[in-house]
Amino acid sequence: MNMFLATLLSPLIGGILLGLIDHPRLAARINVATGVSTFVFSLLLAVQVLDVKSVDAMGGWFHLDAYNVFLVALTTFVGMTTTIFSGPYMRHELEGGRVDRLRLRLYHSMFQLFQFGMLLGFTSNNIGVLWVSLELATLATVLLVSLYRTPASIAAAWKYFILCGMGIALALFGTVLVYFTSSTVLGHGNEALTWTLLYAHAAELDPAVMSIAFCFLMVGYGTKVGLAPMHAWLPDAHGEGPTPVSAVLSGLLLNLALYALVRCKMLVDGATGTDMAGHIMMGFGLLSLAVAALSLHKQRDIKRMFSFSSIEHMGLMTFAFGIGTTLSSFAALLHMTVHSLVKSGIFFTVGHAAQAMGTQKMSEIRGLIRHHPGIGWGLLIGTAAIAGFPPFGVFTSEFLLFTAALESYPWTTLPLLLGLLVAMAGLFRFVQPMVYGEPAEHAVPVHVNMLPVYVHFALALALGLAIPDFLAGWYEQAAALIVTGAHAGGGA
Amino acid sequence: MSAALIQQLVDGLAALMLLTSFALLAQHRMLSVLNWFAAQGVLLAVTAAVVAYGTDNNELYISAVMTFLLKGLLLPWLLWRVIRELHVHREVEPLMNTTLTMLVALGVTLFAFHIIQPIEKISQLMTRDSMAIATACVLLGMLMMITRRKAITQVVGFLAVENSLFFAAIGSTNGMPLVVEIGIAFDVLIAALIFGLFFFQIRDTFDSLEVDAMNAHLIHGDDEE
Repeated sequence: MNMFLATLLSPLIGGILLGLIDHPRLAARINVATGVSTFVFSLLLAVQVLDVKSVDAMGGWFHLDAYNVFLVALTTFVGMTTTIFSGPYMRHELEGGRVDRLRLRLYHSMFQLFQFGMLLGFTSNNIGVLWVSLELATLATVLLVSLYRTPASIAAAWKYFILCGMGIALALFGTVLVYFTSSTVLGHGNEALTWTLLYAHAAELDPAVMSIAFCFLMVGYGTKVGLAPMHAWLPDAHGEGPTPVSAVLSGLLLNLALYALVRCKMLVDGATGTDMAGHIMMGFGLLSLAVAALSLHKQRDIKRMFSFSSIEHMGLMTFAFGIGTTLSSFAALLHMTVHSLVKSGIFFTVGHAAQAMGTQKMSEIRGLIRHHPGIGWGLLIGTAAIAGFPPFGVFTSEFLLFTAALESYPWTTLPLLLGLLVAMAGLFRFVQPMVYGEPAEHAVPVHVNMLPVYVHFALALALGLAIPDFLAGWYEQAAALIVTGAHAGGGA
Repeated sequence: MSAALIQQLVDGLAALMLLTSFALLAQHRMLSVLNWFAAQGVLLAVTAAVVAYGTDNNELYISAVMTFLLKGLLLPWLLWRVIRELHVHREVEPLMNTTLTMLVALGVTLFAFHIIQPIEKISQLMTRDSMAIATACVLLGMLMMITRRKAITQVVGFLAVENSLFFAAIGSTNGMPLVVEIGIAFDVLIAALIFGLFFFQIRDTFDSLEVDAMNAHLIHGDDEE
């Protein structure tokens, strides 16, 4: 599994190297090179894994199957395009004096370390190591959120740090409880924390302990997913950090937390044999959708507004995973993909828009299409895509989600539909005046790199028009794994 | 030593652990908070060593040494440096008065014993009684975080929660695997360093370590709080 090692180590090596390089242009190039190489390695890895379905790497410490290798490829892809985007963006910030060279170095280095933490978390076969790597990815981004050292950004980073630290501590307590019962079955040692072995013995775990453990894991990882009512950190962290960081927080870090939550749910389902975990997830999902849809309308800052849209979509995915059928898991995985693509694309666009207008206040951003047609159209298309307009992929996944909800819990379609409509109204209420109308006087020309944005949107469009066979097969494999993993306890 | 004796020792240590958690909540002077925090760290290390001896688990000895160095010495020393450099010896004024805090803490402890009951029944480990106390300590640490205004006391609360989690891991499962424990210790260390860094940034930016002063900057017009 040399490809696996290459995928995992290239961001680590890149991150260490970038910590030593002071030259901004060179560092940006190395950052892109690291992103591209990680993506290429992960793609080769994905092809290998798809052939053999699932495989252990490095003596069982890592485990790759359809579910996580798909997320690895998604993570490295968005990571790569973010490095491409961040080159000109950070150069503008450097020229504008918002960061100095030392902090730019910190930015590049921490960005790659964050990627390393993400990949470690996805591929690890150990529930404890997953926790450690999620914490690592969080710590790396805390420093990135406070990169500008403005009072608001420091306050946001502190809030992020304390709330997520608290959440993740609860998740650790849940993990201790899992180990508490699994160590009586699998013995003291790493075996009792190994996912593959835990799934095989899920039915032997004590249901009472696993239920309590899931409550802690749900609140703990749920905080990191950004589910209401534990979402207070998310808009601040997204709003105050540099835009490339908002893009990867929204598009990637939330996915890792949700991935951890779903893995835990699969285990708890196997142990309890009930739908308890799924129902809790559905409840949190619906609540997040409602809170986010309503909060959207009250925003004044463009990045904060789109971060509430992220809460909305994470709520949808949590809900879909909670339903727990093959169809709903398929929908959730597809939604995860298109949301990551579209949302990071939107944040790239928003970053450029804020630079061009010199502000993040929505009331002062006007006439983007006249002034910067690329940015204006990008924002309009992105918003249409994220709001769930056909023919974009978000529409497809939301449609599938509705079908799945209608099959299993018909009454939930009403709050779902209502939430989506309210959120859509909120998005367009703010976006329309920003893209149309007369340009504001304070607009300045910026060096824009819209290529990553269009690539993201084009992919989301392609996924909406026709999902390629290999990808559909991949999702099916992963969805089947999520569902059967939950019920394998009895059989295995 | 007999198993019963070790069992009693761990139970005694658990009681002391609960005592430190209450003491942390009751203290008003920074220095005393730090002293109690250091005492809690040492207590953890002793517990790990006792359990290691009782179960012949050599990995736990490593954890014990690590805990002593990190939580008994290094972290309290770092925090002590911070309060000395930033001159925050002053009294911390909690949001609730001490009597009320103690009463709430009492309720929280009873609640913890209540929710852990089903777990205690099935445990065959010699240290099972400590699980409820560890849960209580986790909740007490959180109580400390939400009732204090200073950023430093919030961090001590955070680290106290971390300590209680570690205590739960030793007390209820005879320790997590070493790899995981090293990972957690590493994360705590990094977190503490970032905290330290933040204290200075916060002080330089806000002229105070009060959390309220910071939150005032997060206005942006939405009234979600």
